[in-house]
Amino acid sequence: MIAFLIKRLFHALLVMFVISVIAFAIQDNLGDPIQQMVGQSVPESEREALREELGLNDPFAVQYLRFAANAVQFDFGYSYVFNEPTTDVILRHLPATLELVAASTFLIIALSIPIGVYSAIKPRAWLSRFFMGVSIIGISIPVFLTAIVLIQLFAIGVSWSPFPADTGWGAWLNDLLTTDGGMPAYGRGDPVPVFGTWETNFASLEGLTYLVLPAISLASIMLPLFIRLIRAEMLEVLQSDYVKFARAKGISPRRIYFLHALKNTMLPVITVGGVQIGTLVAYTILTETVFQWPGMGLMFLDAIERSDIPLIVTYLMIVGLIFVITNTLVDLIYGLVNPTVKLTGKPA
Amino acid sequence: MSLLEVNNLDVRFALRRGDVQALRDVCFSLDRGERLGIVGESGAGKSVAAFTLLNLIAKPGYIAGGSIRFDGQELIGMRDRALRKIRGHRISMIFQDPMMTLNPVLTIGEQMVECLKAHRRISSRDARAISLRKLEQVQIPSPSARLDQYPHELSGGMRQRVIIAIALLLDPDIIIADEPTTALDVTIQAEIMALLLELCEEHNVGLILITHDLGVVSQVTQRMLVMYAGRVIEQGPTREIINDPQHPYTQGLINALPQMATPGSRLNQIPGSMPSLDNLPSGCAFHPRCGFVTRADGSTRQACHDQVPGFVTSGNCQAACHMVAEMIERERIPAEEQD
Repeated sequence: MIAFLIKRLFHALLVMFVISVIAFAIQDNLGDPIQQMVGQSVPESEREALREELGLNDPFAVQYLRFAANAVQFDFGYSYVFNEPTTDVILRHLPATLELVAASTFLIIALSIPIGVYSAIKPRAWLSRFFMGVSIIGISIPVFLTAIVLIQLFAIGVSWSPFPADTGWGAWLNDLLTTDGGMPAYGRGDPVPVFGTWETNFASLEGLTYLVLPAISLASIMLPLFIRLIRAEMLEVLQSDYVKFARAKGISPRRIYFLHALKNTMLPVITVGGVQIGTLVAYTILTETVFQWPGMGLMFLDAIERSDIPLIVTYLMIVGLIFVITNTLVDLIYGLVNPTVKLTGKPA
Repeated sequence: MSLLEVNNLDVRFALRRGDVQALRDVCFSLDRGERLGIVGESGAGKSVAAFTLLNLIAKPGYIAGGSIRFDGQELIGMRDRALRKIRGHRISMIFQDPMMTLNPVLTIGEQMVECLKAHRRISSRDARAISLRKLEQVQIPSPSARLDQYPHELSGGMRQRVIIAIALLLDPDIIIADEPTTALDVTIQAEIMALLLELCEEHNVGLILITHDLGVVSQVTQRMLVMYAGRVIEQGPTREIINDPQHPYTQGLINALPQMATPGSRLNQIPGSMPSLDNLPSGCAFHPRCGFVTRADGSTRQACHDQVPGFVTSGNCQAACHMVAEMIERERIPAEEQD
């Protein structure tokens, strides 16, 4: 266990090193920082002096080492726009993003397992076919489109009456097509402060309603993927000899499905899931933009528009760190679930 | 009446291009404590027969007809809930590949205890005690430590011992063993087979042994069935069939044993291969490979091409073969004329 953690820590450092080199190279090549700092009237000689003073004329390696030494202490410099340490800016926006990702992850886990298992147990049932059909649509529609449709349906509301309203069935169908709207779809509302810069949407019912639409649209890509993954894995596991043997032992179907089969089904799903949580953080850029959700994604897009280079670099580093941490955690969980994996990294 | 009676069993697989008949008209019986061998090439329907007994054939397979009477109850058409009380309790199974049969993410103990709990109201502690006793019976080294181990920590031979222990957990009447030693090392095979035989004799458990190893069948079983293309073609006491096989296919099988070949020459083999079940030859399914379709005098026995042979009795054995029927007929007529 300890050996595994040390090994993973080493891997993590390596990954962070590569990310930091790339991030720093961006910083070094996105235009001239002096131009951002000083006015048009400053003469070239003064600019050169400033460059020399700030160490911008040093070789790349020297500049990088200076950056890395600061980065290790979580000092990524000052944001040009906010004029405060970039880490403070990120920390202010981090909770909103993490809460959005957490809500989406919850949705994905809570829905994909029962739906995936059901459609594997009864692959021919019309409900299974329906889920499979919808999941293909879900995978193919981009997040921002899903988000816009959700806003139209549940925040603004629609009232269509394409069917003759004077007949019973026409009125019923028209009713079906009409939605009230009214769901919040802009920002976080009034989140409740927890500690420091952390404010939460989970503490009040009103806060939760703000989460609903963004969380659904963020989940809309991953949920179908996981339903299909779980279904495919489960179908395969149900063909296995150990499931047949469990049947031959007279074990009840419920125990076979939810213990014997599901535990084996979840092994590859956990692995994929770990990577996808990181991807989910990346997808927040789209979702947060559509819903004006004040998280890191929205902040990042803003930073790009305003060429706030230190903030861009910090975002890249932090997202990289989140990826590394979730992957390590997932490997730990995998080792706990799968007895054939020893956490020393050697197969038993 | 026998403990288990199978009559006219007809199993089909519903494929898109039509039904394929995997078992036709299979009949056999098993008495309490009796050991029956089912032999045949791969694809002859041995395993399908085994899985059908407990209605464990996977879709698209289905039982199209026949009857399976076990201890006075008809198993075909029985509700799954009732059948579950028989599976693992009164009839248990041993599978072919011990590496695949145990669930990799559950401990040996969990997989044994759940089986006891599925059939008896029993505390976990008692169930563990029984499991431990069964592990001792199958002569596993350090049995108490095994209960908390996972399958991957055991070798193939040990896993098959665990599976035998699971099969014996509830003192069943019958064990169906589907090629229980095929996946094991040759050195382990004999050990496992001896253990299975010993335990069956000791507990008076009936055994249906499915194998293509005629040597094992002759050592372990009292009666045997030979299957070909989904049909039983010869049955009777094991010793008589091995010593004096009637059906040309059985003769070919025995002749194909390495011991039967002359040293230094090629091994004997039956020409051709078994037909696929969805494209069986007319008449006797074996006739394209059979050396007896043409009589000794050079004339063709047309019935082999046209008619599915029925069983004829020869001594204590029964064989489904036109040639055997003709020979018996020929022997009988002169005998009657002499009277």
